[in-house]
Amino acid sequence: MIGFVSYLVFFLTVALILGIATLGLNLQWGGTGLFNAGIVGFYAIGAYTFAILTAPARPELLGNFELPWIVGLVGAMAAAALAALITGLATVRLRGDYLAVATFGIAVTIQLVATNFEALTGGTMGIASIPNPFRGLFAAPLANNFGYLAVVVVILAIAYVALERIARSPWGRVLKAIREDEVAAETLGKNTRSFRLQAFVIGSTLMGLAGALYASFIGFVSPFDFLPILTFQIWTMLIIGGSGNNRGAILGAIVVWGIWSAIGAASSKMLPEQLQIYGGAAQAMIIGLALVLVLLLRPRGLIGEQPVTSRHAA
Amino acid sequence: MIGQAIADGLLTGGILALGAIGYSLCAHMLKFANFAHAEMLTWGAYLAFAVVAFLPAGPAIGPFSFGWPLLVAIVVSCVGTGLIAVAADALVFSKLRKRRASSLTLVFASFGIALILRNLVLFVWGADAHYYSQELQISLEVLPNVRLMPDQVLVLVLTVALVVALHLFLKFSRIGVAMRSMAENPALSQVCGIDIAKVVRWTWMLSGALAAIAGVFAGLTVQIRPEMGFNMLLALFTAAILGGTGSLFGAVAGGLIVGLAESLSALVIPTGYKAAVPFGLLLIILYLRPQGLFSRSARV
Repeated sequence: MIGFVSYLVFFLTVALILGIATLGLNLQWGGTGLFNAGIVGFYAIGAYTFAILTAPARPELLGNFELPWIVGLVGAMAAAALAALITGLATVRLRGDYLAVATFGIAVTIQLVATNFEALTGGTMGIASIPNPFRGLFAAPLANNFGYLAVVVVILAIAYVALERIARSPWGRVLKAIREDEVAAETLGKNTRSFRLQAFVIGSTLMGLAGALYASFIGFVSPFDFLPILTFQIWTMLIIGGSGNNRGAILGAIVVWGIWSAIGAASSKMLPEQLQIYGGAAQAMIIGLALVLVLLLRPRGLIGEQPVTSRHAA
Repeated sequence: MIGQAIADGLLTGGILALGAIGYSLCAHMLKFANFAHAEMLTWGAYLAFAVVAFLPAGPAIGPFSFGWPLLVAIVVSCVGTGLIAVAADALVFSKLRKRRASSLTLVFASFGIALILRNLVLFVWGADAHYYSQELQISLEVLPNVRLMPDQVLVLVLTVALVVALHLFLKFSRIGVAMRSMAENPALSQVCGIDIAKVVRWTWMLSGALAAIAGVFAGLTVQIRPEMGFNMLLALFTAAILGGTGSLFGAVAGGLIVGLAESLSALVIPTGYKAAVPFGLLLIILYLRPQGLFSRSARV
């Protein structure tokens, strides 16, 4: 029983952290129609920045500044925002698929930097002992994990409420107008480039935040934690849950992470060592299949977008 | 040193060019970035590998590492890969187009297709590297201090020949003219009696076949791996955007520029960062000249 509960806590923590990234994507794609093909890049920037700022010093590493936990979180968000600003500025004037290509590029590049810039990132060895405010706080590890889960829930709730509010604000309505018809929005005098850039940066900041929370939870980062499949996972979470709906994003994160973990657990139990690789391939194929099928058969996802009207329009 | 880097860069560049032309054709005709295109390179390489493994091994031709089975394999693989591309369009993309889905929805579906295709390769052929032949080759000193394998020389020559043939095809053949007209104005082309569905099938076929050849060449000069196409994806995109989407010679120039930049970068930055070079180029081109170097139109 304890084993099951502690697994459930672990599972939910990761699922909800991914849910924060999915909320970020929902602002970009669901809210504004921006295609981010490099989610894992922003997630990794957040995780690594957090690790570099907060991990205990090691003589061979440039970073590891041992700064407080909260400074790490803020730093991670700032770094992800900066990366988003650079890619966003290059592509904001262009057709949507250029943003897709550029963000894909940033993910590839971050992976390379993480692997090769050993003095900063620890290379393939990664950075270990990343602080978690709850580690060792109570005697029972389960209590500590519960504590961290509570922190994640609170941060997720804050992000959810904030996103819900801005979706209903005039700002959020401009985003939706851009998604539906950019020319019309421009005709109404909206600076659509600036709005798109803002939505892109805020969404990516949430992805960086999610990465930082993940690094703190696991206590370790290495390039192998940030494989391109993560981008696909987050996309699938949003699409299955229901693009354009923040609750859908969170629900999708839990459902997809559940399916993913279940297949992973089943294949590691049932398949012999040399066939394990097929389990991983099957997981990825199912994600791909789910993406395509939902697009074809149920584009609105589990809970689709709800019509939103202004509070003032009655 | 620098001569060798240029020779290696031209070789990679030629392979990238073939991949980029196929991508660019589709992107120009159907107006979306196809993330699954890189998997066509992988499938092309593996299909050819399957054919080579199936046929009896013949003696190697002249100085090259392979015999006639690989030549048969390339043809089979071109058709097979083309059909995969056509099937992907029939099963997914065409249905989304019919629904008038936005071009980004298509980009998105291509993401999913890429994931399925790449992992299918893993299922069928495993994660290990494969080779078309175990023959060892003696490199030729083509210029002072520039050494190339005979296979590499052949790849370069064939790439040039293919590009010329493709140019003539697009310029003079009926289907080539139809493709160009559809890219310009689909509605008007339809009015003029062009069968749009047929042109789209041809575009996919051609794009898949070019990708297959690029994949075989990459497999021949490096090795065949499940992630070989995916690792080239960013370079392909960059080459196509650099050249200006839809421009044949632009894509070739883009491929060569990216190939050369990658291999010359090894002289100044650690080789681990080589794969980031296309991204640097991409950001520069998007800031300065997003329509590409060789595109006439100023709008994107």
